[in-house]
Amino acid sequence: MKTLVLAEHNGTNLSAATFSVVNAAKQLGREVDLLLTNNSCTSVLEEAKSVEGISKVLNFSHEKFSSELAEDVAACVVSVSSEYDFFLASSSTSGKNNLPRVAALLDIQQISEVTDIIDDKTFKKPIYAGSCIATVQSSQEKNALTIRTTSFDRVSVSASTASVEDKEVPETDSRKSDFVKNELTVSDRPELTSADIVISGGRGMQNGENFALLEAVAEKLNAAVGASRAAVDSGFVPNDYQVGQTGKSVAPDLYIAVGISGAIQHLAGMKDSKTIVAINKDEEAPIFKVADYGLVADLFEALPELESKL
Amino acid sequence: MKILIPIKRVNDYNVKVRPNQANTDVDLTNVKMAMNPFCEIAVEEAIRLKEAGKADEIVVVTIGDDKHQEQLRTALALGADRAILVKTDNPVQPLVVAKVLSKIYEAENPNLVIMGKVGIDGDHNQTGQMFAALTGLPQATFASEVNIEGNRVEVTREIDGGLETLSAEMPAVVTTDLRLNEPRYASLPNIMKAKRKPLEEMDLESLGVAVEAKVNTIKVQSPPERQEGVKVETVDQLVDKLKNEAKVI
Ligand SMILES: Cc1cc2nc3c(=O)[nH]c(=O)nc-3n(C[C@H](O)[C@H](O)[C@H](O)COP(=O)(O)OP(=O)(O)OC[C@H]3O[C@@H](n4cnc5c(N)ncnc54)[C@H](O)[C@@H]3O)c2cc1C
Ligand SMILES: Nc1ncnc2c1ncn2[C@@H]1O[C@H](COP(=O)(O)O)[C@@H](O)[C@H]1O
Repeated sequence: MKTLVLAEHNGTNLSAATFSVVNAAKQLGREVDLLLTNNSCTSVLEEAKSVEGISKVLNFSHEKFSSELAEDVAACVVSVSSEYDFFLASSSTSGKNNLPRVAALLDIQQISEVTDIIDDKTFKKPIYAGSCIATVQSSQEKNALTIRTTSFDRVSVSASTASVEDKEVPETDSRKSDFVKNELTVSDRPELTSADIVISGGRGMQNGENFALLEAVAEKLNAAVGASRAAVDSGFVPNDYQVGQTGKSVAPDLYIAVGISGAIQHLAGMKDSKTIVAINKDEEAPIFKVADYGLVADLFEALPELESKL
Repeated sequence: MKILIPIKRVNDYNVKVRPNQANTDVDLTNVKMAMNPFCEIAVEEAIRLKEAGKADEIVVVTIGDDKHQEQLRTALALGADRAILVKTDNPVQPLVVAKVLSKIYEAENPNLVIMGKVGIDGDHNQTGQMFAALTGLPQATFASEVNIEGNRVEVTREIDGGLETLSAEMPAVVTTDLRLNEPRYASLPNIMKAKRKPLEEMDLESLGVAVEAKVNTIKVQSPPERQEGVKVETVDQLVDKLKNEAKVI
């Protein structure tokens, strides 16, 4: 039996998450294949072939994959499932949308947000907003895992290339659902979940315009910009900036929290960062409990000064 | 149009849950319990659809022990019309929940099923997608906007890159994200009225679904604590520490 990894991409590049999931997959001690659904994306296929440690790319190319519906992706995975006893995806919104559908079709109880692979039956995962770490054991013959990518280093790109098997795309039910449109956030900043430095703003930023202060620091540090739920709910920044239990998990070398109080749901998404800096005017703010360096200051003075000194 | 809403009983989100003494499970003794926040959002969305004249009946369902009646009563007080408790004293995992919900779906025949995207307890984020797979229904997860037009539902989804909009034929499954709406509170008169609304109970066994634990928790620990660091007095000191001590910039 082998391990199948669901690849993720944006139509041009494979996502960084896929390289982390392949690393997790290698720890299961089986041959690893990559499943790629795409609409004739040659650049993605080329990149997929050179992911270190994989044997084969199962290429499901079809027009309908210019967008991604869980119904279609799940059908592809199920069509090749007999050769595999592990199905892995990242715990991105794409993996979270697709993999449980696959798992249910194969009668598998999925294990979500795996942070540690102990052996091929035993895994660790955070529960209750990261306040506890559970070790779980599966008694199933086949397993489906979503992988928290911040817990696994990315494999590299190898010089040799894996083989490609072109696969027949299964028919799915008369398009019961249709893609309508995307409104993707455009930013020149690095991607939040794979950036080495992240600077996030909270309710203390007061409005969206003030995020320019953060952007300016981010520019100097080549950092990604994130936010707390309160900042997103207040409309300061788009939803995909949210870091936390129900947003994105990040674990950069440096995380700078600005005007963020440090609620448990926020900490759940960033407390594995290597170095944490907190800038907050309230010296009692819980964020200081997890910060390596705390600066009690008004952010409207601290941020411009920080920017000028970098 | 009829809407079915599966709800989950979880810890109140303000409570920090800890492992038990033996490190075999979490310790929920004396922990305040509540409706999962994402399920509150699902209930709110259904009530708004009913208020807008797009839905006629809201049925809530939960799978668990007798205490789950509390959350069903809360949903009834908020505006659901009817509640179903599928009783079991055993903990249930998402695949089992999805199978039980499929049985309820067959019996109730709703046009729309709205669920939470995730329970804040186990952080599974699975049940809605699994239920959609088992019933063969289209799924629109992580919704921040829901619009019903004829026999289709148009859903804006929160995805990692921004937003995506899908249109699905009903019956369909929608799972809620945080920005879909802000749930209301139940008023005292409505809490009183809810006591007289129908709450039907059935045993899980009667539905012919096996409660198997295919994944067992063998240990629950606290995460490694982070040491509280130091306070710096000035931005200069901060920059110096980051350059020369942490060496991250
Ligand atoms: C189901 C659920 C899921 C959730 N998921 C998430 C999640 O994924 N991510 C998340 O972040 N939250 C999440 N939350 C919300 C979380 O509980 C908090 O409400 C939120 O994180 C608070 O955001 P904040 O720290 O920006 O705002 P606040 O708690 O209001 O803190 C603002 C901080 O800014 C400081 N401040 C104000 N002005 C200044 C200034 N001029 N200079 C310096 N400091 C200043 C204040 O001292 C304060 O500490 C969730 C909640 C629920 C119920
Ligand atoms: N025991 C249950 N009874 C009813 N609905 C449930 C139950 N468990 C989960 N759900 C539904 O599934 C959603 C996601 O839960 P989960 O997959 O556990 O993260 C919840 O928000 C509920 O809508």
